[in-house]
Amino acid sequence: MKINKNLRSNLITYGIVIIAFIFCQLAISPDVKGITISRVMRNQLVPVCAYIVLAVSLNLTVGISGELSLGHAGFMSVGAFTGVVSASWLASAFTMVNEAGKTVPVMSNTLMLILSMIIGGVFAGLAAVLIGIPALRLRGDYLAIVLLAFGEIIRNLLNCVYVAVDGAAIKLALPLAGSSAPTFGQTAKVVIDGAKGTKNSVMSVAFNNERFIVAFVLVMVTLIVIFNLINSRSGRAIMAIRDNRIAAESTGLNVMKYKMMAFVTSAVLAGMAGALYGLNMRTVTAVDFDYNMSIEILLIVVLGGIGSIRGSVIAAVLLKLLPEQLRFLQDYRMLVYALVLIIVMLATNSPLLKNLLGWLGSIKSIADFGKGVVNGGKKVRGGALRGAAAVVGGLAGGVGGVASWLEKRQHALEAKADGVKKIDGKAGDAE
Amino acid sequence: MSQNMKKRLLDTKMVPVPSISIVPERDVNKRPVLETRHLGIEFGGLKAVEDFNITVGPTEICGLIGPNGAGKTTVFNLLTKVYQPTTGTVLINGKDTSGMTTEQANRMGIARTFQNIRLFSNMSVEDNVRIGLHNQIPYSMLSGILRLPSYWKAEKKQHEKALELLSIFGMQDMADVKAGSLPYGAQRRLEIVRALATNPSLLLLDEPAAGMNPHETEELMRNIIKIRDDFQIAVMLIEHDMNLVMGICEGICVLNYGRIIAKGTPEEIQQNPVVIEAYLGSQNKEGDK
Repeated sequence: MKINKNLRSNLITYGIVIIAFIFCQLAISPDVKGITISRVMRNQLVPVCAYIVLAVSLNLTVGISGELSLGHAGFMSVGAFTGVVSASWLASAFTMVNEAGKTVPVMSNTLMLILSMIIGGVFAGLAAVLIGIPALRLRGDYLAIVLLAFGEIIRNLLNCVYVAVDGAAIKLALPLAGSSAPTFGQTAKVVIDGAKGTKNSVMSVAFNNERFIVAFVLVMVTLIVIFNLINSRSGRAIMAIRDNRIAAESTGLNVMKYKMMAFVTSAVLAGMAGALYGLNMRTVTAVDFDYNMSIEILLIVVLGGIGSIRGSVIAAVLLKLLPEQLRFLQDYRMLVYALVLIIVMLATNSPLLKNLLGWLGSIKSIADFGKGVVNGGKKVRGGALRGAAAVVGGLAGGVGGVASWLEKRQHALEAKADGVKKIDGKAGDAE
Repeated sequence: MSQNMKKRLLDTKMVPVPSISIVPERDVNKRPVLETRHLGIEFGGLKAVEDFNITVGPTEICGLIGPNGAGKTTVFNLLTKVYQPTTGTVLINGKDTSGMTTEQANRMGIARTFQNIRLFSNMSVEDNVRIGLHNQIPYSMLSGILRLPSYWKAEKKQHEKALELLSIFGMQDMADVKAGSLPYGAQRRLEIVRALATNPSLLLLDEPAAGMNPHETEELMRNIIKIRDDFQIAVMLIEHDMNLVMGICEGICVLNYGRIIAKGTPEEIQQNPVVIEAYLGSQNKEGDK
């Protein structure tokens, strides 16, 4: 019965994604006149897919595994940079001469994109293993800060990496600070040019439906992986460790193994999304992947509801498309964006509005939408108010709200733990 | 002490063993499930537990009692490797557990419940038990994600086994309920089921009857004996309810200020002047609890 309930909920999520995809396909297709989509929005489709994958994968770390990560953009950037390098390498190493006498890559763009995404995922996973071994021993805020630092290290490292492909060879240079940019020779094609970022000469930047289909498949694969993981032995172990670490250990769970499993899976998916994102752009620079981006992804997860996968999907779409929709506001765009965030946070936490929505026969996803916020308890209101102060101060984005939410969350958890003790009604022995 | 203590559910003859302990007569020639040797731990100079020696037979129900703060839960934490002892060793089924983690100690056959309930409260009752079965019915992460036949087979087995274990306490109908929303007594019982699911040879119960009414306690006593008989395992329990301790424990160990002050059968313990003093205080020292 419970399995069926889970399955139903998962199927609804798959259904929403598939319906949205079909809708987009109809909108893109020139044959269907009824539904159209603006060019700006069309170009947003692939990045939105990447953001869905990022948000869902971060939700695995934050919601399912219960570890706060502020370095998700780090894994994304690893995926993006290795993805662009591998696509360029695949295009330059495997070539053939076509009928017109021109040298062209053997593989189609789609195949190269898929392979690059896999390579990007593998490298992001490797980075996660390296960082996870020392960092996952830490808990809570300490882990969050170490991962934040990791993201910054990756950003600074990628900022001074130079990579070129020359036939089947990959040339890498990491010049010391202050020295001039390295040269790779006549035939070499520079792929990563230090602080100037990646040079994606393989794939066109214009909207490409095949790429959108690949992006859609990535979203579906991500959802399948996450849902199947959650409803399996390993996923239950991950959630058990989140709920009560000491009990999990006493029940014979290898805590490090399962934390690592969640962390690496999350990073691999983020790396794949990063490769997709990187190859969809003419250029991405390391500076793009700073902690603001990590916070932005976290914002999606929090807004969608911590632990709610469907919420993450919906929030990712809304939060990525909203700024585009607000372009007519020009300079006030980010201000309004921040206000909308605050209103959503407050509204989903207000019993009055929730009742109203319930009365309107709202779909459950709306409830999911605010679940994470509700879980945070009443204190979130303070967080949002602080966010309002941040806006007044001219700081765009609900970043302030998230930061204080994070702070309040700890208090809420502590309060909850106190409550449990009270029920116990005993002065606990030292444990 | 009270009259009720004389009401015994078990009647076992206890015999001394070469080491400094007693075990039930039936367990004399069997390897003890738990043996500790000079076990002790210091917290910054404070000796929380000192020179703790105990032998538990493979089917014994053993009680660990003592006034508040005597170090009973610390002993449990030492046995399950939540704390690493500063002196001495713990042997489970004759194997030294020095340097092991809590998880490894569990795999060696030691399972426990907690004084302040530690369930996976956001998960269902059945999933809590399935976590206990985690190492008993395994399959790989990959077969979980790809939903290979081994996944379905193992999941079915886990489901059946979980319901079977829950039925010990008649909880099979609550399988889908969220563990955190169970009534208090049911949460305690679920903790025992989860511990049993890990297929232990020694079950440690930390105040299993806390917060239960006399009727529930009596049922719990019968269930503890039933578990011991059905699973053929040893049970060691910390409890303040003397009816329970005196009613079902075969051997009792009394702890005060981190040291064992008495060991013996319930009858011996009830008459031991040192124990009575530890609980009630001597007549000479006023106000000493």
